[in-house]
Amino acid sequence: MHESLTDASGSPLTNGRRRLIPRHLNKWHLASGALALLVAIPLLVVFSGWLKPETEIWTHLADTILNQLVINTIKLVVGVGLGVVSLGVCLAWLTARCEFPGRKWFDWLLMLPMAMPAYVLAFVAIGLLDFSGPVQTALRDWLGAGNFWFPQIRSTGGLITVMVLVFYPYVYMMARTAFLTQGRSTLEAARMLGAGPYGVFWRVALPMARPAIAAGTALALMETLADFGTVATFNYDTFTTAIYKAWFGFFNLQAASQLASLLLLLVFVSLLLEKSSRKRSRYHDTMRSGEPPRIRLSGARGWGVTGLLALLFSIAFLIPFIQLCLWSFEVITTDFDERYLGLLGRTLMLGTLAAVATVVAGMVLGFARRYQHDRTTQVTTSLATLGYALPGSVLAVGIMLAMTSIDNGINSVFESIGLGSPGQVLGGSVLALILAYVIRFMAVAYGPVETGLARIRPSLPEAARSLGASPFQTLKSVYLPLLRPGLMTGLLLVMVDTMKEMPATLLMRPFGWDTLAVRIYEMTSEGEWERAALPAITLVFAGLIPVVLLMRRSLKRR
Amino acid sequence: MKKTLIALLGLAIAMPVYAADTITVYSARKEHLIKPLFDAYTEKTGVKIRYITDKAGPLLARIQAEGKNTPADLFMTVDAGNLWQAGEEGVLSAVDSPILEANIPAHLRDPENRWFGLSIRARTIVYSTDRVKDGELSTYEDLADPKWKGRLCLRTSKKVYNQSLVAMLMARHGEEKTEEIVKGWVANLATQPFSNDTKTMEAVAAGQCDVAIVNTYYFGRLQKKQPDIKLALFWPNQDSSGVHVNVSGAGVTKHAKNRQGAIELLEWLSSTDAQGTYASVNMEYPVNPAVKPDAIVKAWGDFKGDDLNVSSAGALQAKAIKLMDRAGYR
Repeated sequence: MHESLTDASGSPLTNGRRRLIPRHLNKWHLASGALALLVAIPLLVVFSGWLKPETEIWTHLADTILNQLVINTIKLVVGVGLGVVSLGVCLAWLTARCEFPGRKWFDWLLMLPMAMPAYVLAFVAIGLLDFSGPVQTALRDWLGAGNFWFPQIRSTGGLITVMVLVFYPYVYMMARTAFLTQGRSTLEAARMLGAGPYGVFWRVALPMARPAIAAGTALALMETLADFGTVATFNYDTFTTAIYKAWFGFFNLQAASQLASLLLLLVFVSLLLEKSSRKRSRYHDTMRSGEPPRIRLSGARGWGVTGLLALLFSIAFLIPFIQLCLWSFEVITTDFDERYLGLLGRTLMLGTLAAVATVVAGMVLGFARRYQHDRTTQVTTSLATLGYALPGSVLAVGIMLAMTSIDNGINSVFESIGLGSPGQVLGGSVLALILAYVIRFMAVAYGPVETGLARIRPSLPEAARSLGASPFQTLKSVYLPLLRPGLMTGLLLVMVDTMKEMPATLLMRPFGWDTLAVRIYEMTSEGEWERAALPAITLVFAGLIPVVLLMRRSLKRR
Repeated sequence: MKKTLIALLGLAIAMPVYAADTITVYSARKEHLIKPLFDAYTEKTGVKIRYITDKAGPLLARIQAEGKNTPADLFMTVDAGNLWQAGEEGVLSAVDSPILEANIPAHLRDPENRWFGLSIRARTIVYSTDRVKDGELSTYEDLADPKWKGRLCLRTSKKVYNQSLVAMLMARHGEEKTEEIVKGWVANLATQPFSNDTKTMEAVAAGQCDVAIVNTYYFGRLQKKQPDIKLALFWPNQDSSGVHVNVSGAGVTKHAKNRQGAIELLEWLSSTDAQGTYASVNMEYPVNPAVKPDAIVKAWGDFKGDDLNVSSAGALQAKAIKLMDRAGYR
């Protein structure tokens, strides 16, 4: 008892202060440890690929394509990183702190591109802008072949553009929440000390929003590193390409796991570095004193911003959306039937269950990190969010292998006591699928929750506790209201991500449990992109439901 | 929410209980290509079929992991390479069936009878009828000739169909000569490889290049949508090895709970009853020589197909990929 007390609180000064603390802290240790373990099991399966040496494939890759793959991956990560940060932060600042015509609409319109799966936007972009697409065909008819210059869409630049357009909402949503919750007094203090609007942005608002921006960027980059569908559509070879080549081409899951584990290691180290680099900083406001006045962009400047945002929204969402609608109309009479009700229902249900479960898990992690500043918690929380950095198929197989070995264990126990084998228990169940989503999307829920918590001044809940509120009352009356924007963001992101998720859904769904994403896969894997448009557009609509329900509600409250 | 969760848990636990006459299929062939047949089979025999679709790799990993507890009776794929791999990994079991042997030509099934081809996918040359002259085309190998410089379009080497094609070339010509051929193709490319066959053909139609190598059913789909498209199929290697063919097919798993049911389903799928639908839902060719292909497919004319056993595609796949990596074919 005494040992754990000094251990947990770290400083002997706090020893005698509150006797209940150690037990309280141990609970958080246990909870974050359990969640980390849940994620760690499939990751260990991936790392176990090293048990069997696969020198032949490594030698081949090193001799031929590995150099190029690493260079390509770096280019992509740098490009997408710069893109999502600059675009996401600019848009967040404009909609959170400025006023211009149509601002209330753009608040949530700018979130919509994330409802579009990245590979769908990739396909639409190539379909429209490649040599054989309608744009270049029209230009050739008009100007004559070879008389004009047109950028090559199937290029590094094209790919980066597409990924930035789909992934910027992670940064946008989290930075926006951060800017919105920055208190009036802090910003006013900066103004009084002589900072202009730009000074306030660069020297106060931006640094204070850093955890949120970093968390959003981390999500975007993890998704970039793990992506296969989009880079495959562009035939752009990244590190993921090597992973899939080892598995599907060389039929060597071991080598694929080894490659994937390197990717994981890289992300793990980057996450720890980023977190420890801002370890000593505090990001909560000294006082929350209402929303500061917005910067009015009037006249030409205001309309200029409106025009630019409208253009961006058109490119990222409206034009691809219209293209998908056109394709859907071609097949709606043959493909649309009552099954879509089931597909939509299952998609929404899985999305909701996964979102709630993951956000609750994310909150547990967030609180563990808030109360615990030791290295163990830092490592466990980072570990628990790593599922997002693995290519979906590799993680899905890791989870599947873990669940199956549990099933096999249950079966041998049943057989040994003469009860016959129950067959699959976890495998192919909804529970297993939800667990898979929690493992995969923990980072997506944890990011917004953690940055939300970081902005809550510790003295606030402490005051509630000292006034006699129970932990539950403190959670309900202090934390939840203050965390609301972060929780909403987390729920929305996880739900939309779950509904788009393909590899785990495909591999682990119960028989007959097809979703919209499964439908999209069925069509695209045989190259029937036009027929995939119908489930894709339904998925976009399904993604609109949480956007409208969650975000509009949270907007109204402020 | 709580109630839903409890209901779900109940459902999850109730899930594995299935009637003994159910056949369970893990399929890499897509739902809309197999469901019509499964429905017809259930109607005819009363036997229920449940299935799950995914890529072959994850499904194979799942069968291996589930071991003797696997619910899967039948494993279906869309290429010979993955079937070969499943056979090598020992998850399939040999089936001695006179019906299957009679319905399916020997080169389209495993020499050890662990898996069977159910439809033929021919990978051939498509060309622009405007820009390619009569007699210009001859063989796959000839596409490496400098006369095609800047006129060839290819799909990515990461697609298994191209890996099989190169594997079969290796089986005929050996590694050295095949590498020269592939290097020749790469040198002749008009633009970087495409991610799918349809885009590749659209590039030929738009004038970015003159010839390409594609699976015939993709051409069929494009032709259906744009009947006046200025493209046509050419059957290469008619004086030598024949057109490269791959199969979609299936094998009975080693730990099948309903082995007899799975064998009967397989036999029915290879029969004259089912072969017409099996092939024509995707404009492929039936494996059963007694069954004629779909009218559109028939109109492309007859060809001599490669009669080397398709298992070579699997056995040489890894070597083919390495060769393409060395040749700079992306």
